[in-house]
Amino acid sequence: MSLPPDTAALAAPALPPDAPIALAPVPSPTGIVLRRGLRHGGFLIGAGILGLIVLASLAAPLIAPHDPYAQDVSRRLIPPIWQAKGSWDHILGTDKLGRDYLSRLLYGGQISLLIGVSAALISGLIGTVLGLCAGYFGGWVDAVVSYVVTTRLAMPVVLVALAMAALVGGSLKVVVLVLGFLLWDRFAVVTRAATQQIRDRDFVSAARAAGLTDLRIVLQEILPNIMNALIVVATLEMAHAILLEAALSFLGLGVQPPLPSWGLMIAEGKQYMFFQPWVITIPGVALLLLVLAINLLGDGLRDITAPEARH
Amino acid sequence: MLTFTLRRVLVALAVAFTVSVASFLLLHLSGDLATAIAGPESTGPQIEAIRREYGLDQPLLTQFLTWAWRALHLDFGNSFYFRERVIDLLAARLPITLYLGFIALGVALFVAIPLGVIAAVKRDTWIDRLALAVSVLGQAMPSFWFGLTLILVFSVNLRWLPVSGNATWKNFVLPAVALGYYAMPAVMRLTRNGMLEVLASDYVRTARAKGLPPRKILVRHALRNAVIPVIALSAVQFGFMLGGSIVIEAVFSLQGLGQLAWESIARNDFPVVQAIVLVLAMIYIGLTLAADLLNAFLDPRLRQA
Repeated sequence: MSLPPDTAALAAPALPPDAPIALAPVPSPTGIVLRRGLRHGGFLIGAGILGLIVLASLAAPLIAPHDPYAQDVSRRLIPPIWQAKGSWDHILGTDKLGRDYLSRLLYGGQISLLIGVSAALISGLIGTVLGLCAGYFGGWVDAVVSYVVTTRLAMPVVLVALAMAALVGGSLKVVVLVLGFLLWDRFAVVTRAATQQIRDRDFVSAARAAGLTDLRIVLQEILPNIMNALIVVATLEMAHAILLEAALSFLGLGVQPPLPSWGLMIAEGKQYMFFQPWVITIPGVALLLLVLAINLLGDGLRDITAPEARH
Repeated sequence: MLTFTLRRVLVALAVAFTVSVASFLLLHLSGDLATAIAGPESTGPQIEAIRREYGLDQPLLTQFLTWAWRALHLDFGNSFYFRERVIDLLAARLPITLYLGFIALGVALFVAIPLGVIAAVKRDTWIDRLALAVSVLGQAMPSFWFGLTLILVFSVNLRWLPVSGNATWKNFVLPAVALGYYAMPAVMRLTRNGMLEVLASDYVRTARAKGLPPRKILVRHALRNAVIPVIALSAVQFGFMLGGSIVIEAVFSLQGLGQLAWESIARNDFPVVQAIVLVLAMIYIGLTLAADLLNAFLDPRLRQA
């Protein structure tokens, strides 16, 4: 008995014999991460606030209502708009020299972001190189790096940073360099642990068997696989550097006047805070929001890229 | 345990030595000390005189060995500014900072441990989320700004506590809260994670199966084990707090070691700065050593590492 032509076609589907059977569309890794990100409340809030602060800081020359350095002694300490004597001309008021607080806040954001990013880049480079060496080579290299990290942790950061900044002379560049050269410990610790975890995996052994040099194995096989962890540490260290810069500037040994660093604005407002509390509240809240946003983003990224590491 | 202890002590000593070399080098290579001491208006011959007087014309190695040998005998030289022995200054100021650190740690533990326990027991409820929010805020708060805000609220508006100084215990309340809040998130998270792990373990299930009252299981069986790593973390956090107290002491004008450090840096009083860096590093090394040994004593599995 012969089958009718249409059922024969059904019995032998018109596919090459070794074609993969797609049961459901497989989402791409990027798709998974994106979807998780859109569902993660903390990540969205952090990204939103940080995005706004970055935009506002970058656009400061366009949107700042006044020159952040222009002094006007006849307009000293005008309160912000929500207080009885506020005026629309100075939405967030003016400081003790009559400079527009909103404009200074916007330009100050540039300083905080610049310090956060560059300190995290420098410390990230140092820490990652140390961590990769320790994790990949193990043995005495690992022992030496671990020893260096232990030593670095034993040094009081704030004090050493203050003393160095004071000797070299406080400035934006000095603060970036000092923080960059002091904050690499967490990068080293995390990179080392992550490298140890994948050092003996099959794809690394395969690369070794294929005759790749250690340098290429580390750069091509290991580094891309620990990048997620590094980005999370980078956000933490950015936040750390921004807070430390504010503290150094507050103590008078960081960024120098007349630059509008938020820490410096708090220091300058300190003597007026008993009568005009907003002079320290405004830059303080700005700092809090920026650091909070970066931390939320970092925590979110960790949950999204490595849900198994969540605590 | 003996070999482990010996090895750890040796490593701690080596770290202590390296830290003293590093802090010495950092200060001597960051700039010219003689010029800094002499001040901006001084002339060449004056700077040269200062260089000779303080032995800064000697080779760096000689300078270091002289300094290190004296430091070993607790002789940190004389302060440039006070014309007093550095060791006497330290002896006068260190207790204030230690006192502040202890209260701050107490505040942190008093809030963080119960919060961590509740967060773990009521996992994924609003209490857990509130605890998480408190800890995320704590990490984002600039400590000096938090201190100033505390002054505004509790000293200026409510008039409950003094603004600054270190006359009575009341002066230490606000600085301790400002400093302790900084250490709280880490302790809270560690307690919560430890409790979650312990609460899921077999012996807690057995205790539950035996019909023990929940409170007894929680405190006597779970918390007791979950709190072990917290003790070690507290020791490390205490070390960090001593270093961080420089900012808080400046805000509250507490005349502790941090305030002395800040003023000495501004006055280019290097013997004092160097001694304070060394003392804080030694305290930190001692604390981490103690924490390591305590952990290894309580958990023999750690002794292999």
